[in-house]
Amino acid sequence: MHFCLPRVALAAVLVFACSSARPALAGELELGGVLGLEGRAFPEKPALPGQLKHFQTSATLEGDVRWENEARTVQAVFVPFVRFDAQDEERSHGDLREAYVRYIGDEFDLLVGLGKVFWGVMESRHLIDIINQDDGLEDIDGEDKLGQPMVKLSLFQDWGQLDLFVMSGFRERAFPGIDGRLRGALLVDDDDVLFESPARHGHIDLAARYSNYFGDVDMSLSVFHGTSREPRLALNATGTALRPIYDQITQVGLAVQYTSDATLWKLEAMGRDGYRDAFVAVSGGVEYTLYQIAGSDWDLGLLTEFHYDGRESFSFADPRLAQGLIPFETPAPLTPFDEDLFFGARLAANDMQDTQILGGAVIDVNDGSTSLFIEAQRRLGQDWTAELEGRFFANVNSQNALAGFKGDGFVTLRLARHF
Amino acid sequence: MNYSKQLKALVTLGLVAALGTAPALSQDAPEVQKGFEVAARSDRSDVGFGDSRVSAKMVLRNAAGQESVRELSFRTLEKVSEEVGDKSLVIFDSPRDVEGTALLSHAQILEPDDQWLFLPALKRVKRISSANKSGPFVGSEFAFEDFTTTELGKFTYKYLREETVDGVKMDVLERIPQYENSGYTKQIAWIDQDVFQARKLEFYDRKGDLLKTLTLKDYQNYDGVWRAQTLSMVNHQNGKTTDLVYGAYEFKTGLAENDFVKGVLERVR
Repeated sequence: MHFCLPRVALAAVLVFACSSARPALAGELELGGVLGLEGRAFPEKPALPGQLKHFQTSATLEGDVRWENEARTVQAVFVPFVRFDAQDEERSHGDLREAYVRYIGDEFDLLVGLGKVFWGVMESRHLIDIINQDDGLEDIDGEDKLGQPMVKLSLFQDWGQLDLFVMSGFRERAFPGIDGRLRGALLVDDDDVLFESPARHGHIDLAARYSNYFGDVDMSLSVFHGTSREPRLALNATGTALRPIYDQITQVGLAVQYTSDATLWKLEAMGRDGYRDAFVAVSGGVEYTLYQIAGSDWDLGLLTEFHYDGRESFSFADPRLAQGLIPFETPAPLTPFDEDLFFGARLAANDMQDTQILGGAVIDVNDGSTSLFIEAQRRLGQDWTAELEGRFFANVNSQNALAGFKGDGFVTLRLARHF
Repeated sequence: MNYSKQLKALVTLGLVAALGTAPALSQDAPEVQKGFEVAARSDRSDVGFGDSRVSAKMVLRNAAGQESVRELSFRTLEKVSEEVGDKSLVIFDSPRDVEGTALLSHAQILEPDDQWLFLPALKRVKRISSANKSGPFVGSEFAFEDFTTTELGKFTYKYLREETVDGVKMDVLERIPQYENSGYTKQIAWIDQDVFQARKLEFYDRKGDLLKTLTLKDYQNYDGVWRAQTLSMVNHQNGKTTDLVYGAYEFKTGLAENDFVKGVLERVR
């Protein structure tokens, strides 16, 4: 079990503790949280030695403490998260998802501490979203994030919103250990990390984002300069494991959504420099919703998205690696989204239980590698929710970035008590 | 977003007349003109309320009597002129699994409203389509349009009759939605002649059949601004009901334009 909290995070906790523990500060304190129980089943046998077999059980606990002063100008938020996994020791982990204090001014707000920020408009890939590190132990969908230490200043003006970020206390990505499914044959050694910046975790990362809307068009422009959240991977000195390499990068991102009646037109684009070659990546798509289908209360959303990513490709199955003809080091972080199409559908019952089902497939247009998913959720009574999640991989080409996941399709059932 | 407010927005002729449309109106049939006047008088009764905050409990019951409860907070900023609508925020406090979800609306007159939804798990702000007028609002018997069509100009009106209900004299009006995608062909409104507040509303579906009845009860006078504290919606076709019970309203709480931009959605909880 490891808790990967940088010192800056602890400082934020202390700031929070000081601001909330004094009873002299009147205001509103709210306590909440979620207790989750999760069972995961992998129908196929593990492909690699050491991997857990068919069933994986775990429990999660997320706290949620919020305080706001009477004048509604100061907020403090504390969201710790912990998972205990019965089969995979490495997947047992804890994190502070959020731990910050925010001051709300008339035309600005200022946040100090561990924050969580989302950028983007697409559904099947979060291309420009870069502030927070992925929690790689939770899922492979890039939607679980580690808290990022930051000072964030948001300005609200007639001309739009400008967010300015100063960040340090870099969060490394966590990778599955020997027990874990959904990994490659070579383990990633979290203790053997290479940083381009001599400041390592202490590098000061900077980012800014401008967002506004003009009628039916919402747009944002962002720039990030600092430590790449996605690492490159290289074979270590003994040839027994992979080591992550965190480069200094600059990313410029654009997100646009045009909302026209029941159709949402979406675009994300980014350019990134800092690995071997600079590259651009573009995602575009449409979301169209049919409301109250066949006279019922159900809505059906149809989604399609296209992803292009121009980064240099690399495959662990490349025969030239064994012959020593190319270096055993990815020229850029790996992505399965080099040229992919996504088709999906979202069903919402609009009932008392908020029943929802989302399913889809991401297909590599070059080699046909396909990743399929379904997510269904429903409230049980007032305080419980049940969630079913399935992920499967079909037709996976051995050179595709998904190759390691090939036989790791799974179904997860999650029961959660919210309090 | 405040319901009793929008019911009063059945109304608001005053400003329209001031803007010079009165001559055109005067050529309308007398029942059209009177309908509009009654609606306008009701709407005008809270002009200048500025902004408001209120919490509410929504109790959903199905035909079998099973209950589900949602707690919501509403924040409203009064429109600056008749050419635009109110700005509003709905924040979910319970059920706990959707706590922190927030909906920001910038109401328009006949154009689609601008709406953004905040999803707290991802910290994502998503611009959503406001074409879904007639769909259920969070599984309740209130449709989205019941909450968002607060503006006088969204309807045409016709005065029907005077009626005495429980000893109270009422004006009865018909109003017909002029915006797109409405699930209603018409609505009938009962407005009292004493303090000019809506007391009952009937909704007729696309086939012209009676779909729902809304009763507005327990009116409170907040320094001249009237607000119904209990709204009961009964769906006659599926047997479900939804009660919306408001707490005490706070007015002029200092909310400003900057409290109704999409960037604040992450901090409104």
